[in-house]
Amino acid sequence: MAKYVMKRIAYILVSLLLIITATFFLMQAAPGSPFASERKMTPAMEAQMEEAYGLNDPIHEQYVDYLVNAITFDFGPSFKYVGQDVMDIILRSFPYSLVIGLEAVFIAIGLGVLLGVFAALKHNKFGDYSAMIIAVLGISVPSFIMATILQYILAIKFDIFSVARMESFADTILPALALATTPLAFIARLMRSSMLDVLNSDYIKTAKSKGMSQRIVTYKHGLRNALLPVISYMGPLVAGILTGSFVIEKIFGIPGLGSEFVTSITNRDYTVIMGTTVFYSVILLFCVLIVDLIYGIVDPRIKLDSKGGGK
Amino acid sequence: MSQQQLTNVDFEPLHIDHAESEKIVGKSTSYWKDAWRRFRKNKLALTGIVVLLFLGFMAAFGADISGENFRDNDLMSTNQAPSSDHWFGTDNLGRDIFARTWDGARISLFIGLTAAFLDLIIGIIWGAISGYFGGKVDEYMMRIADILSSLPYLLVVILLMVVMGQGIWTMIIAMVITGWINMARIVRGQVMQLRSEEYVLASKSLGAGNSRLLFKHLVPNTLGPILVTLTLTVPNAIFTEAFLSFLGLGVPMPDSSWGVMTSEALGSFQYFPYQLFFPAFFICLTMLAFNVIGDGLRDALDPKDRK
Repeated sequence: MAKYVMKRIAYILVSLLLIITATFFLMQAAPGSPFASERKMTPAMEAQMEEAYGLNDPIHEQYVDYLVNAITFDFGPSFKYVGQDVMDIILRSFPYSLVIGLEAVFIAIGLGVLLGVFAALKHNKFGDYSAMIIAVLGISVPSFIMATILQYILAIKFDIFSVARMESFADTILPALALATTPLAFIARLMRSSMLDVLNSDYIKTAKSKGMSQRIVTYKHGLRNALLPVISYMGPLVAGILTGSFVIEKIFGIPGLGSEFVTSITNRDYTVIMGTTVFYSVILLFCVLIVDLIYGIVDPRIKLDSKGGGK
Repeated sequence: MSQQQLTNVDFEPLHIDHAESEKIVGKSTSYWKDAWRRFRKNKLALTGIVVLLFLGFMAAFGADISGENFRDNDLMSTNQAPSSDHWFGTDNLGRDIFARTWDGARISLFIGLTAAFLDLIIGIIWGAISGYFGGKVDEYMMRIADILSSLPYLLVVILLMVVMGQGIWTMIIAMVITGWINMARIVRGQVMQLRSEEYVLASKSLGAGNSRLLFKHLVPNTLGPILVTLTLTVPNAIFTEAFLSFLGLGVPMPDSSWGVMTSEALGSFQYFPYQLFFPAFFICLTMLAFNVIGDGLRDALDPKDRK
């Protein structure tokens, strides 16, 4: 187990190295200068600025510097906001994104599992069809459209929530709902098919013929095993919620990391773009690792150390 | 009381012609005929096809029907509600939303279909090579795919768009660079699995040549999942286009796309909700149609999963 974890962490480090390298050179190749603004700078000033941010060093030196600093999560200063470090910006804005993201994860898993189980229990009946129509709709409506629909109906027409504000818990509900829509629908479909598989398997029949009540069979024997595919969906779920936050935070005016990232793109604030990308990658890669470890614990049939099962 | 006369002939055993009894009377059903029969029963998927045909038709001719141009602005009639003059109303620059919607449809569908098609080609080549050769080649090729896919798709596309600049083709390229992985994995899995299937072995031992094996057994069985993935890639690409345009990284001015229109309408949607409604509605409708068709195809092409 320990050996497996070490190996996975080594893979993660290699991936991170590649990601940092790729983003570094991509940003070098990107057009436009971060110092280009309406107020034209004199060449002397520009040279001074570039000197101050270390942009005059040869590329390989800049690259090595960046790598070394990135290990300690020091992504340098922001080009656009004078006196702010990239890490300051990340640490300031990430808590908002974290709260909304976690809320969205809970909504997506909770409601998705509920909807899927409901559909499976009512297989080929009206309840099944309506649950699956909801799921297909959820997959087809992009999160940013869902966000505006929610805003229009719940905030403008009925005035239950505020349109765009980030002060109390109530303000986080709409963005979290909008973020959760697509993953919720995916989980519902996943849950339905895996629940149907499980309910048709032999040990469920055994449990039934032993005389166990329908409820125990469904929830204790069925649901637990049917949850496995949902756990493996956690990686894509986290990725989807991360990227979804770019637009959702823009629509709801949340000062989170997603909107910082989008702003940094329009500002061509390269250090912020790079820092945020690396930060997102770290989160995502470790989430995937944790999910895999949990998967191994929950389902002992999966041996983590062996390579991908028999061929 | 009449008695039937029985002769010895009546007690003779009937002659059974073995050649005759082995003859197949019913028309043979091919894989695709069978799939089509199942697909036809799926009303939802058929509706999806009708909707898509309609959208395709309107994308091709819709912009000319109303007699308005997607880029002509009329500053005397801005932000007008839908009327007989402007069927879907006008936007904040007085441009006709009906014409812009169908021009946007053209671009959205073009991007979606082209990106999916390029994904298909790269994915099939990569996946087939990887699955066919196996071993070290497979290991390295899939490791590359793993690393590429360990980052969120949209994040990579956004970074590439930042570097390459706005444009329809740069958007397609950015999508394809990361989008082929899914297709490659599916093709690889299929090829690896089918290579060692017993029916392939059986067919081989019956003396089937390579070409018969490939075209009669391997290709038809791989085509199903490929087709399903393809149908589900298109809505994903359309979504990505809308998402990027929404962030201001997508289709450059003055072209319209559904994402651009949604993004432009967002600022004033409290006052002019219809400006948001039309592009948003058509994004959802298109994605819905593709998703429903994809689901229908999956049910029809995968006989193992029959209800």
